[in-house]
Amino acid sequence: MKMTGAKALIESLLQEGVETIFGYPGGAILPVFDALYDYDRKVNHILTRHEQGAAHAAEGYARVSGKVGVCLITSGPAATNAITGISDAMLDSVPLLVITGQVGASLLGTDAFQEIDVIGITQPITKWSYQIRRAEDVAWAVARAFYIASTGRPGPVVLDFTKNAQSEEVDFQYKPCKFIRSYVPVPEVNFSQIEKAAELINAAEKPFAVVGHGVILGQAEKDLMEFLEKADIPAAWTLLGASAMPSDFRLNKGFVGMHGNVAPNMKTNECDVLIAIGMRFDDRVTGDLKTYASQAKIIHIDIDAAELNKNLKVEVPVLGSVKDVLPALTKLVKPAKHTEWIDSFDIFEKTEYEKVIEREVFPKSGKITMGEVIHKVSEATQHNAICVTDVGQNQMASARYFKFSQSRSLITSGGLGTMGFGLPAAIGAKIAAPDRTVCLFAGDGGFQMTIQELGTIMENNIGVKMIVLDNKFLGMVRQWQELFYEERYSFTKMKNPDFVAIGKAYNIDGKLVNEREELDEAIADMLKDDRPYLLVVNVETKGMVYPMIPAGTSVTNIILE
Amino acid sequence: MEKTLYTVIIFSENTVGVLNQITVIFTRRGLNIETLSVSPSAIAGIHKFTITVITTQDVIEKVVQQIDKRVDILKAYYNTDEDLVHQEIALYKVATDKLLELGSIEKMIRDYQIHVLELTENCVVFEKTGHYQETQKLFEELSSTIGVLQFIRSGRIAITKSKVERLSDMLEKMSKLEQKVNATTETQE
Repeated sequence: MKMTGAKALIESLLQEGVETIFGYPGGAILPVFDALYDYDRKVNHILTRHEQGAAHAAEGYARVSGKVGVCLITSGPAATNAITGISDAMLDSVPLLVITGQVGASLLGTDAFQEIDVIGITQPITKWSYQIRRAEDVAWAVARAFYIASTGRPGPVVLDFTKNAQSEEVDFQYKPCKFIRSYVPVPEVNFSQIEKAAELINAAEKPFAVVGHGVILGQAEKDLMEFLEKADIPAAWTLLGASAMPSDFRLNKGFVGMHGNVAPNMKTNECDVLIAIGMRFDDRVTGDLKTYASQAKIIHIDIDAAELNKNLKVEVPVLGSVKDVLPALTKLVKPAKHTEWIDSFDIFEKTEYEKVIEREVFPKSGKITMGEVIHKVSEATQHNAICVTDVGQNQMASARYFKFSQSRSLITSGGLGTMGFGLPAAIGAKIAAPDRTVCLFAGDGGFQMTIQELGTIMENNIGVKMIVLDNKFLGMVRQWQELFYEERYSFTKMKNPDFVAIGKAYNIDGKLVNEREELDEAIADMLKDDRPYLLVVNVETKGMVYPMIPAGTSVTNIILE
Repeated sequence: MEKTLYTVIIFSENTVGVLNQITVIFTRRGLNIETLSVSPSAIAGIHKFTITVITTQDVIEKVVQQIDKRVDILKAYYNTDEDLVHQEIALYKVATDKLLELGSIEKMIRDYQIHVLELTENCVVFEKTGHYQETQKLFEELSSTIGVLQFIRSGRIAITKSKVERLSDMLEKMSKLEQKVNATTETQE
């Protein structure tokens, strides 16, 4: 069928099952937006208020649904605005397709209006980027883009679409991509490595597992739990591995890393075999690599060969999808009981409860704390909600105190640590899961970085429950200044606007809470229907997220209070 | 850790922007590329990059993995000089009158196995192939005696001493995989 390249793009997206596009029109993408005008019943286009918002919203959508998030924007400044979202998706392995408009092919390289080298800029921060300069390439490029973004270790893909290719006619035929000869998304499983891993596990007295994003990306949550149950292995999770196991799962021993729980961090340096499952030994997890689990034999399961032995040299690297490796490993491990070892976590849990959690979550006096708010919201949603966070103290407190009953329930910017991620990502999350409650926890700093997306929420009536934990500081930076920079609070104090009034201006209901006694009612009020709501809580200005293992040190340096 | 000269050999699809994808991986780690040579390989449609870089084994392993993982890259690996037959080519332009003053041209041409590519009243152009040290030695000798008007040296090209190019195994495997994928797609259709 003859059609323009612009229409061919939309037809291609429909072929890939795209229902929602997050976008923002502009000169060099106008032909596509013009074509989109006729598809309003088939495609739900969400107009964000900034291209960064479009990229993060598409990320939020992808992180919740597991499908490729699609972002459609123009050239030049639009493309550069999306760079943060693309980088964020790269570091967190999020399947994202960003389509940027580009000047006509005859103008490329001439510094034409709103021309920038999108391919050159995005190559280091994408899994693949490609410039479509002819309408004939549209179907091929889109098929390839979806295949690359969604398979293996997922990641962002950029298609830079020149204006001439949007307007030219093409005989449209679509064939999904199933194979690229230079790309092996899921490596073949090496059974001899799995056997070695099983031997180590079977001989272990104090085995311990650390679960990462790979388990969620590989949809291997059940396989994980079967493996852990059979060999009776206590397990902890990284930030992006949150919700891979339900919070109340017997062998779930909590969060590891800089602000993680005491027990799993201490036990990392006590176990005899450490099984790292779909995680990448990020420095926020390991601290000082020299002391990290140095007593243990380490098994590392990952789909990406470049991650094996990258940060940490391990005894048994196992290349492969966790979805393939875990069931094979479960078959080979012997049923075991490690009761004494598992019980030995209790003492650390007790210490953490007494020194940190009780004070943070159930304070009897003083200002409201972040942990208290997060805990209450988690309870009020029966731990079934999707928790979206911004970056900083709000994020670490959310990971610590929100509880999860199903997978893909903590949506957070892990690798890039992008302030401003939360609000737009929550929009995408709610669109991906309209039947679930989506709660955003943001600080006053990050919320103001993408606050314009309140307009997107207003226009589309997206029922996101926004909770701003306002401490009038850039809290995490302030925390570092207090601990490591002699309390020299250099440019971390903020004079903030009346957030509730801003919400009102966008026709979003809200409430400001100052007192502990008001909190329960305010949360109940927020959750009473499915409308967007902005709850602003004035929290302790000098609150700290504990425990904390200072950057680049080991768990023995843990700060509890 | 000890630093050595490594030769990275990369086979890629012949598409726009592959070189940039490769070089940014070196840039990220602050590695300086010593030499670079790119040309079509023995297999139609596949380009071959030969890059030399001085670094540690630990770093080169990771760099090669990160290059290999790029979608447009078919295969990347690294070698040290022992595993390779390698060569560079150099061109030298010298002034004819000065060269004649030297008086011992035949010996020099024999010793260095020089090819004379051009000879005019004004200048002579020599070509010498060899390892870096060999082309450099001639350059230094000419520089210190009659002077060199212009000098250029190519990047290294190299061939592994093992029997077949490792790429051919991989291509064969991938082509079987492609047939398998196509077969399952057809049954589904």
